[in-house]
Amino acid sequence: MRLRPFAIPLSIMTALVLQIMPMPAIADIYRPDWVLLVLAYWTMALPNRVNVGVAFLSGVLLDVLLGTSLGIHSIGLCIVIYVLAANYQRLRNYSVWQQAVIIGLLSALYHLILFWLQHLLTDVYFQFDYLLPVVSSTIIWPWLFWLLRKVRRQLRLS
Amino acid sequence: MNTIFTRGPSLPNRLALALALSALLLFVDHKLDGFQSTRVYLNSLVSPLQYLADLPGKLLNLSAERLASQQQLIEENARLTSQIMLMSEQLQRFSVLQQENDRLRKLLGSPVQPGMRKMIAELMAVDNNPFSHQIVINKGALDGVYEGQPVLDDQGIVGQIMQVGTTNSRVLLLSDVTHAIPVRIARNNVRLIASGSGRLDELLLQHVPHSTDMQVGDLLVSSGLGNVFPQGYPVAKITAIVRDEGRPFAQVSTKPMANLDRIRYLLLLWPNDSGAESAPEQTSVGGGS
Repeated sequence: MRLRPFAIPLSIMTALVLQIMPMPAIADIYRPDWVLLVLAYWTMALPNRVNVGVAFLSGVLLDVLLGTSLGIHSIGLCIVIYVLAANYQRLRNYSVWQQAVIIGLLSALYHLILFWLQHLLTDVYFQFDYLLPVVSSTIIWPWLFWLLRKVRRQLRLS
Repeated sequence: MNTIFTRGPSLPNRLALALALSALLLFVDHKLDGFQSTRVYLNSLVSPLQYLADLPGKLLNLSAERLASQQQLIEENARLTSQIMLMSEQLQRFSVLQQENDRLRKLLGSPVQPGMRKMIAELMAVDNNPFSHQIVINKGALDGVYEGQPVLDDQGIVGQIMQVGTTNSRVLLLSDVTHAIPVRIARNNVRLIASGSGRLDELLLQHVPHSTDMQVGDLLVSSGLGNVFPQGYPVAKITAIVRDEGRPFAQVSTKPMANLDRIRYLLLLWPNDSGAESAPEQTSVGGGS
Protein backbone atom coordinates (compact mmCIF):
# COMPACT_ATOMS: atom_id res chain seq x y z
CA MET A 1 0.00 0.00 0.00
CA ARG A 2 1.48 3.33 -1.08
CA LEU A 3 -0.38 5.34 1.56
CA ARG A 4 1.38 3.63 4.45
CA PRO A 5 4.34 5.95 5.10
CA PHE A 6 2.14 9.03 4.82
CA ALA A 7 -0.76 7.97 7.05
CA ILE A 8 0.54 9.52 10.28
CA PRO A 9 1.75 12.84 8.75
CA LEU A 10 -1.50 13.12 6.80
CA SER A 11 -3.62 12.59 9.88
CA ILE A 12 -1.65 15.24 11.79
CA MET A 13 -1.97 17.58 8.79
CA THR A 14 -5.73 17.05 8.76
CA ALA A 15 -5.87 17.79 12.48
CA LEU A 16 -3.96 21.05 11.93
CA VAL A 17 -6.38 22.09 9.18
CA LEU A 18 -9.37 21.26 11.40
CA GLN A 19 -7.78 23.26 14.19
CA ILE A 20 -7.60 26.48 12.14
CA MET A 21 -10.76 26.08 10.05
CA PRO A 22 -13.04 29.13 10.41
CA MET A 23 -16.24 28.30 12.28
CA PRO A 24 -19.20 30.33 13.57
CA ALA A 25 -18.48 31.94 16.95
CA ILE A 26 -20.92 29.68 18.84
CA ALA A 27 -19.31 26.47 17.63
CA ASP A 28 -15.83 27.92 17.82
CA ILE A 29 -15.55 27.87 21.61
CA TYR A 30 -16.38 24.14 21.59
CA ARG A 31 -13.74 23.22 19.00
CA PRO A 32 -12.00 20.00 20.17
CA ASP A 33 -8.20 19.94 20.37
CA TRP A 34 -7.82 17.98 17.15
CA VAL A 35 -4.03 18.01 17.10
CA LEU A 36 -3.79 16.88 20.71
CA LEU A 37 -6.29 14.06 20.13
CA VAL A 38 -4.61 12.73 16.98
CA LEU A 39 -1.15 12.89 18.56
CA ALA A 40 -2.53 11.19 21.68
CA TYR A 41 -3.89 8.30 19.63
CA TRP A 42 -0.65 7.73 17.72
CA THR A 43 1.38 8.01 20.93
CA MET A 44 -0.71 5.34 22.60
CA ALA A 45 -0.79 3.07 19.56
CA LEU A 46 2.74 3.50 18.19
CA PRO A 47 4.86 5.17 20.85
CA ASN A 48 8.03 4.19 19.01
CA ARG A 49 7.04 6.36 16.04
CA VAL A 50 5.13 9.28 17.53
CA ASN A 51 6.20 10.83 20.80
CA VAL A 52 7.65 14.03 22.20
CA GLY A 53 9.62 14.98 19.07
CA VAL A 54 6.60 14.89 16.75
CA ALA A 55 4.60 16.75 19.41
CA PHE A 56 7.24 19.47 19.47
CA LEU A 57 7.17 19.90 15.67
CA SER A 58 3.36 19.98 15.50
CA GLY A 59 3.35 22.46 18.38
CA VAL A 60 5.64 24.83 16.50
CA LEU A 61 3.46 24.50 13.37
CA LEU A 62 0.39 25.25 15.48
CA ASP A 63 2.11 28.31 16.92
CA VAL A 64 2.84 29.63 13.43
CA LEU A 65 -0.70 28.90 12.25
CA LEU A 66 -2.37 30.50 15.27
CA GLY A 67 0.01 33.45 15.47
CA THR A 68 1.00 32.86 19.09
CA SER A 69 4.56 33.31 20.30
CA LEU A 70 6.63 30.37 19.06
CA GLY A 71 6.95 27.68 21.71
CA ILE A 72 3.70 28.03 23.63
CA HIS A 73 1.76 25.22 21.98
CA SER A 74 4.87 23.06 21.68
CA ILE A 75 5.44 23.18 25.46
CA GLY A 76 1.81 22.26 26.13
CA LEU A 77 1.79 19.40 23.61
CA CYS A 78 5.19 18.04 24.70
CA ILE A 79 4.20 17.77 28.36
CA VAL A 80 0.88 16.07 27.61
CA ILE A 81 2.40 13.67 25.07
CA TYR A 82 5.18 12.85 27.53
CA VAL A 83 2.63 11.80 30.13
CA LEU A 84 0.89 9.61 27.54
CA ALA A 85 4.10 8.08 26.19
CA ALA A 86 5.34 7.26 29.68
CA ASN A 87 2.10 5.43 30.57
CA TYR A 88 1.03 4.04 27.21
CA GLN A 89 0.99 0.39 28.29
CA ARG A 90 -1.41 1.07 31.14
CA LEU A 91 -3.62 3.41 29.11
CA ARG A 92 -4.00 0.88 26.30
CA ASN A 93 -5.70 -1.54 28.65
CA TYR A 94 -8.35 0.92 29.77
CA SER A 95 -11.77 0.89 28.20
CA VAL A 96 -12.38 3.63 25.66
CA TRP A 97 -14.55 5.68 28.04
CA GLN A 98 -11.92 5.53 30.76
CA GLN A 99 -9.44 6.70 28.16
CA ALA A 100 -11.80 9.53 27.25
CA VAL A 101 -11.81 10.74 30.86
CA ILE A 102 -8.00 10.61 31.00
CA ILE A 103 -7.79 12.48 27.69
CA GLY A 104 -10.20 15.07 29.07
CA LEU A 105 -8.00 15.60 32.12
CA LEU A 106 -4.90 15.90 29.96
CA SER A 107 -6.69 18.33 27.65
CA ALA A 108 -7.56 20.46 30.70
CA LEU A 109 -3.88 20.37 31.69
CA TYR A 110 -2.96 21.40 28.13
CA HIS A 111 -5.31 24.39 28.19
CA LEU A 112 -4.13 25.44 31.63
CA ILE A 113 -0.49 25.30 30.49
CA LEU A 114 -1.38 27.44 27.47
CA PHE A 115 -3.24 29.89 29.70
CA TRP A 116 -0.43 30.10 32.26
CA LEU A 117 2.18 30.76 29.58
CA GLN A 118 -0.01 33.39 27.91
CA HIS A 119 -0.70 34.95 31.30
CA LEU A 120 3.02 35.13 31.92
CA LEU A 121 3.63 36.89 28.59
CA THR A 122 0.58 39.14 28.27
CA ASP A 123 -2.22 40.24 30.57
CA VAL A 124 -4.94 37.74 29.73
CA TYR A 125 -7.57 36.87 32.29
CA PHE A 126 -9.12 33.51 32.86
CA GLN A 127 -12.56 32.92 31.42
CA PHE A 128 -14.38 29.66 31.88
CA ASP A 129 -14.87 29.49 28.10
CA TYR A 130 -11.22 28.48 27.73
CA LEU A 131 -12.00 25.06 29.22
CA LEU A 132 -15.02 24.24 27.02
CA PRO A 133 -12.85 22.36 24.47
CA VAL A 134 -12.09 19.86 27.26
CA VAL A 135 -15.72 18.73 27.16
CA SER A 136 -15.84 18.38 23.39
CA SER A 137 -12.48 16.61 23.30
CA THR A 138 -13.70 14.07 25.86
CA ILE A 139 -16.85 13.44 23.87
CA ILE A 140 -15.11 13.14 20.51
CA TRP A 141 -12.32 10.82 21.72
CA PRO A 142 -14.14 7.44 21.40
CA TRP A 143 -15.14 8.19 17.83
CA LEU A 144 -11.71 9.47 16.83
CA PHE A 145 -10.16 6.44 18.53
CA TRP A 146 -12.39 4.11 16.54
CA LEU A 147 -11.63 5.92 13.26
CA LEU A 148 -7.88 6.04 13.70
CA ARG A 149 -7.76 2.42 14.86
CA LYS A 150 -9.59 1.49 11.69
CA VAL A 151 -7.02 3.40 9.64
CA ARG A 152 -4.15 1.78 11.53
CA ARG A 153 -5.48 -1.73 11.10
CA GLN A 154 -6.36 -1.20 7.47
CA LEU A 155 -2.87 0.00 6.65
CA ARG A 156 -1.19 -2.40 9.11
CA LEU A 157 0.90 0.35 10.62
CA SER A 158 3.31 -0.68 13.31
CA MET B 1 6.26 -5.86 19.46
CA ASN B 2 8.78 -3.09 18.89
CA THR B 3 10.47 -1.99 22.04
CA ILE B 4 10.00 1.68 22.62
CA PHE B 5 12.93 3.95 21.84
CA THR B 6 15.42 1.52 20.39
CA ARG B 7 17.59 4.41 19.34
CA GLY B 8 18.05 8.00 20.36
CA PRO B 9 17.71 9.55 23.80
CA SER B 10 15.34 8.23 26.46
CA LEU B 11 11.87 9.67 26.92
CA PRO B 12 12.58 12.06 29.83
CA ASN B 13 15.63 13.33 27.97
CA ARG B 14 13.53 13.94 24.89
CA LEU B 15 11.04 15.89 26.97
CA ALA B 16 13.83 17.96 28.54
CA LEU B 17 15.31 18.66 25.12
CA ALA B 18 11.94 19.65 23.62
CA LEU B 19 11.05 21.86 26.58
CA ALA B 20 14.44 23.57 26.51
CA LEU B 21 14.08 24.20 22.77
CA SER B 22 10.53 25.53 23.26
CA ALA B 23 11.63 27.82 26.09
CA LEU B 24 14.45 29.12 23.91
CA LEU B 25 12.04 29.74 21.02
CA LEU B 26 9.62 31.47 23.38
CA PHE B 27 12.35 33.69 24.81
CA VAL B 28 13.84 34.64 21.45
CA ASP B 29 10.43 35.19 19.84
CA HIS B 30 8.65 37.05 22.61
CA LYS B 31 11.38 38.91 24.48
CA LEU B 32 13.92 39.57 21.75
CA ASP B 33 11.55 39.65 18.74
CA GLY B 34 14.18 37.62 16.91
CA PHE B 35 11.90 35.92 14.38
CA GLN B 36 10.49 38.95 12.57
CA SER B 37 12.04 37.99 9.24
CA THR B 38 11.79 34.23 9.76
CA ARG B 39 8.08 34.55 10.49
CA VAL B 40 7.48 35.77 6.94
CA TYR B 41 8.95 32.53 5.58
CA LEU B 42 7.18 30.39 8.18
CA ASN B 43 3.86 32.05 7.38
CA SER B 44 4.40 31.50 3.66
CA LEU B 45 5.35 27.90 4.37
CA VAL B 46 2.10 27.11 6.20
CA SER B 47 -0.17 29.19 3.95
CA PRO B 48 -1.23 26.07 1.93
CA LEU B 49 -2.76 24.72 5.15
CA GLN B 50 -4.61 27.99 5.64
CA TYR B 51 -5.93 27.93 2.08
CA LEU B 52 -7.03 24.33 2.67
CA ALA B 53 -8.83 25.28 5.88
CA ASP B 54 -10.51 28.16 4.09
CA LEU B 55 -11.74 25.94 1.25
CA PRO B 56 -15.02 24.56 2.72
CA GLY B 57 -16.22 28.05 3.65
CA LYS B 58 -15.30 29.29 0.18
CA LEU B 59 -17.22 26.43 -1.45
CA LEU B 60 -20.27 27.09 0.73
CA ASN B 61 -20.16 30.77 -0.18
CA LEU B 62 -19.77 29.92 -3.83
CA SER B 63 -22.73 27.54 -3.81
CA ALA B 64 -24.80 30.08 -1.87
CA GLU B 65 -24.02 32.65 -4.54
CA ARG B 66 -24.88 30.18 -7.30
CA LEU B 67 -28.15 29.22 -5.66
CA ALA B 68 -29.37 32.74 -4.96
CA SER B 69 -32.87 33.09 -6.34
CA GLN B 70 -33.82 35.66 -8.93
CA GLN B 71 -36.08 37.35 -6.40
CA GLN B 72 -33.17 37.83 -4.00
CA LEU B 73 -30.97 39.19 -6.76
CA ILE B 74 -33.62 41.66 -7.86
CA GLU B 75 -34.12 42.83 -4.29
CA GLU B 76 -30.41 43.18 -3.74
CA ASN B 77 -30.02 45.05 -7.00
CA ALA B 78 -32.77 47.49 -6.04
CA ARG B 79 -31.24 48.02 -2.63
CA LEU B 80 -27.78 48.63 -4.04
CA THR B 81 -29.10 51.00 -6.71
CA SER B 82 -30.86 53.12 -4.14
CA GLN B 83 -27.76 53.05 -1.95
CA ILE B 84 -25.62 54.21 -4.87
CA MET B 85 -28.07 57.05 -5.54
CA LEU B 86 -27.88 58.22 -1.94
CA MET B 87 -24.11 57.89 -1.83
CA SER B 88 -23.42 59.64 -5.10
CA GLU B 89 -25.57 62.51 -3.93
CA GLN B 90 -23.45 62.69 -0.79
CA LEU B 91 -20.31 62.38 -2.89
CA GLN B 92 -21.28 65.41 -4.95
CA ARG B 93 -21.61 67.44 -1.79
CA PHE B 94 -18.41 65.88 -0.47
CA SER B 95 -16.27 66.97 -3.42
CA VAL B 96 -17.51 70.53 -3.03
CA LEU B 97 -16.86 70.39 0.68
CA GLN B 98 -13.40 68.95 0.13
CA GLN B 99 -12.47 71.75 -2.23
CA GLU B 100 -13.80 74.27 0.23
CA ASN B 101 -11.89 72.57 3.05
CA ASP B 102 -8.69 72.60 1.01
CA ARG B 103 -9.12 76.29 0.28
CA LEU B 104 -9.74 77.06 3.95
CA ARG B 105 -6.74 74.97 5.00
CA LYS B 106 -4.57 76.80 2.50
CA LEU B 107 -5.92 80.03 3.95
CA LEU B 108 -4.89 78.89 7.41
CA GLY B 109 -1.47 77.82 6.18
CA SER B 110 -1.77 74.15 7.12
CA PRO B 111 -0.91 71.61 4.43
CA VAL B 112 -3.70 70.07 2.38
CA GLN B 113 -4.80 66.62 3.58
CA PRO B 114 -3.41 64.16 1.06
CA GLY B 115 -5.35 61.35 -0.54
CA MET B 116 -4.27 57.84 0.28
CA ARG B 117 -3.58 54.64 -1.64
CA LYS B 118 -6.23 52.06 -0.76
CA MET B 119 -6.73 48.38 -1.49
CA ILE B 120 -9.56 45.94 -0.83
CA ALA B 121 -8.66 42.74 0.99
CA GLU B 122 -10.73 39.70 1.83
CA LEU B 123 -10.90 37.70 5.03
CA MET B 124 -9.20 34.33 4.77
CA ALA B 125 -9.40 32.82 8.22
CA VAL B 126 -10.27 33.70 11.78
CA ASP B 127 -8.03 32.36 14.49
CA ASN B 128 -9.62 30.34 17.22
CA ASN B 129 -6.99 31.31 19.73
CA PRO B 130 -9.09 32.67 22.62
CA PHE B 131 -6.25 34.72 24.06
CA SER B 132 -5.67 36.89 21.04
CA HIS B 133 -7.94 38.47 18.43
CA GLN B 134 -6.39 38.06 15.02
CA ILE B 135 -7.58 37.46 11.50
CA VAL B 136 -5.78 36.48 8.30
CA ILE B 137 -6.35 38.42 5.08
CA ASN B 138 -5.46 37.55 1.50
CA LYS B 139 -2.99 40.37 0.78
CA GLY B 140 0.69 40.16 1.63
CA ALA B 141 4.15 41.52 1.00
CA LEU B 142 3.64 41.12 -2.77
CA ASP B 143 0.85 43.71 -2.60
CA GLY B 144 2.97 46.13 -0.59
CA VAL B 145 1.40 45.36 2.79
CA TYR B 146 3.65 46.40 5.67
CA GLU B 147 3.69 45.83 9.40
CA GLY B 148 1.67 48.35 11.38
CA GLN B 149 -0.56 49.22 8.43
CA PRO B 150 -4.08 50.42 9.34
CA VAL B 151 -7.00 48.16 8.33
CA LEU B 152 -10.60 49.38 8.02
CA ASP B 153 -13.99 48.06 7.11
CA ASP B 154 -16.99 50.04 5.85
CA GLN B 155 -17.94 51.16 9.38
CA GLY B 156 -14.63 52.08 10.93
CA ILE B 157 -11.16 51.00 11.96
CA VAL B 158 -10.67 47.24 12.40
CA GLY B 159 -7.05 46.97 13.50
CA GLN B 160 -3.52 46.93 12.20
CA ILE B 161 -1.26 44.52 10.33
CA MET B 162 0.76 42.41 12.73
CA GLN B 163 2.67 39.94 10.57
CA VAL B 164 3.20 39.96 6.83
CA GLY B 165 3.49 36.82 4.71
CA THR B 166 4.16 36.64 0.98
CA THR B 167 0.52 36.38 -0.10
CA ASN B 168 -1.35 36.77 3.16
CA SER B 169 -0.97 38.68 6.39
CA ARG B 170 -2.26 38.72 9.91
CA VAL B 171 -4.35 41.54 11.37
CA LEU B 172 -4.45 42.35 15.08
CA LEU B 173 -7.97 43.53 15.94
CA LEU B 174 -8.75 46.59 18.05
CA SER B 175 -10.35 44.38 20.68
CA ASP B 176 -7.18 42.40 21.45
CA VAL B 177 -5.92 42.93 25.00
CA THR B 178 -2.50 44.01 23.77
CA HIS B 179 -3.88 46.65 21.40
CA ALA B 180 -4.59 50.31 22.10
CA ILE B 181 -5.45 53.15 19.75
CA PRO B 182 -5.28 56.92 20.30
CA VAL B 183 -8.73 58.48 19.77
CA ARG B 184 -10.55 61.73 20.27
CA ILE B 185 -14.20 62.46 20.90
CA ALA B 186 -15.60 63.84 17.65
CA ARG B 187 -17.85 66.30 19.52
CA ASN B 188 -15.24 68.15 21.56
CA ASN B 189 -11.79 66.79 20.60
CA VAL B 190 -10.97 65.38 24.03
CA ARG B 191 -8.06 63.01 23.51
CA LEU B 192 -8.23 59.49 24.95
CA ILE B 193 -6.77 56.03 24.47
CA ALA B 194 -9.06 53.10 23.68
CA SER B 195 -7.57 49.74 24.61
CA GLY B 196 -8.88 46.30 23.75
CA SER B 197 -10.81 44.36 26.36
CA GLY B 198 -10.47 40.82 25.01
CA ARG B 199 -14.14 40.82 24.02
CA LEU B 200 -15.07 41.53 20.42
CA ASP B 201 -17.83 44.02 21.24
CA GLU B 202 -16.07 46.21 23.79
CA LEU B 203 -13.18 48.65 24.01
CA LEU B 204 -12.18 50.27 27.28
CA LEU B 205 -11.14 53.86 27.91
CA GLN B 206 -8.64 53.85 30.72
CA HIS B 207 -7.41 56.61 33.05
CA VAL B 208 -10.25 58.99 32.25
CA PRO B 209 -10.83 61.65 34.96
CA HIS B 210 -14.35 61.94 36.35
CA SER B 211 -14.64 65.51 35.11
CA THR B 212 -14.05 64.67 31.44
CA ASP B 213 -16.85 65.87 29.20
CA MET B 214 -18.29 62.63 27.81
CA GLN B 215 -21.79 61.47 27.03
CA VAL B 216 -23.23 58.10 26.15
CA GLY B 217 -23.46 57.98 22.36
CA ASP B 218 -20.36 60.09 21.71
CA LEU B 219 -18.42 59.02 18.65
CA LEU B 220 -14.70 58.36 19.06
CA VAL B 221 -12.55 58.92 15.98
CA SER B 222 -8.87 58.15 15.52
CA SER B 223 -6.73 61.12 16.50
CA GLY B 224 -3.75 60.40 14.25
CA LEU B 225 -1.35 60.61 17.17
CA GLY B 226 1.17 57.79 17.21
CA ASN B 227 1.46 57.90 13.41
CA VAL B 228 -0.07 54.46 12.87
CA PHE B 229 -3.71 55.23 12.14
CA PRO B 230 -4.71 58.17 9.94
CA GLN B 231 -6.82 60.72 11.78
CA GLY B 232 -10.58 61.12 11.51
CA TYR B 233 -11.80 57.55 11.01
CA PRO B 234 -14.55 56.30 13.35
CA VAL B 235 -13.36 53.86 16.02
CA ALA B 236 -16.05 53.37 18.64
CA LYS B 237 -19.14 54.75 20.32
CA ILE B 238 -19.48 55.28 24.07
CA THR B 239 -22.06 52.87 25.50
CA ALA B 240 -21.76 53.26 29.27
CA ILE B 241 -20.11 55.66 31.72
CA VAL B 242 -19.82 54.78 35.41
CA ARG B 243 -18.71 57.79 37.44
CA ASP B 244 -18.11 56.10 40.79
CA GLU B 245 -16.32 58.71 42.91
CA GLY B 246 -14.90 55.93 45.08
CA ARG B 247 -12.65 54.91 42.19
CA PRO B 248 -9.75 56.98 40.87
CA PHE B 249 -11.03 57.07 37.29
CA ALA B 250 -14.35 56.92 35.50
CA GLN B 251 -15.13 53.55 33.95
CA VAL B 252 -16.09 53.96 30.33
CA SER B 253 -16.98 51.15 27.97
CA THR B 254 -17.38 51.64 24.27
CA LYS B 255 -18.55 49.57 21.34
CA PRO B 256 -16.34 49.36 18.24
CA MET B 257 -17.96 50.84 15.14
CA ALA B 258 -16.56 48.09 12.90
CA ASN B 259 -18.40 44.78 13.14
CA LEU B 260 -15.39 42.84 14.36
CA ASP B 261 -17.32 39.56 14.42
CA ARG B 262 -18.73 39.97 10.87
CA ILE B 263 -15.70 40.89 8.85
CA ARG B 264 -15.67 39.88 5.19
CA TYR B 265 -14.12 42.66 3.10
CA LEU B 266 -11.51 45.01 4.46
CA LEU B 267 -9.78 48.16 3.28
CA LEU B 268 -6.02 48.56 3.55
CA LEU B 269 -4.66 52.11 3.69
CA TRP B 270 -1.24 53.52 2.86
CA PRO B 271 -1.32 56.79 4.82
CA ASN B 272 2.23 57.75 3.86
CA ASP B 273 1.99 56.88 0.19
CA SER B 274 1.13 60.26 -1.24
CA GLY B 275 4.24 62.36 -0.94
CA ALA B 276 6.63 63.81 1.58
CA GLU B 277 4.18 66.24 3.13
CA SER B 278 2.22 63.57 4.99
CA ALA B 279 4.56 63.53 8.00
CA PRO B 280 4.35 67.25 8.86
CA GLU B 281 0.64 67.09 8.11
CA GLN B 282 0.08 64.52 10.83
CA THR B 283 2.04 66.44 13.44
CA SER B 284 0.25 69.67 12.67
CA VAL B 285 -3.14 67.96 12.93
CA GLY B 286 -2.09 66.24 16.14
CA GLY B 287 -1.05 69.57 17.64
CA GLY B 288 -4.31 71.17 16.58
CA SER B 289 -6.67 68.57 18.01
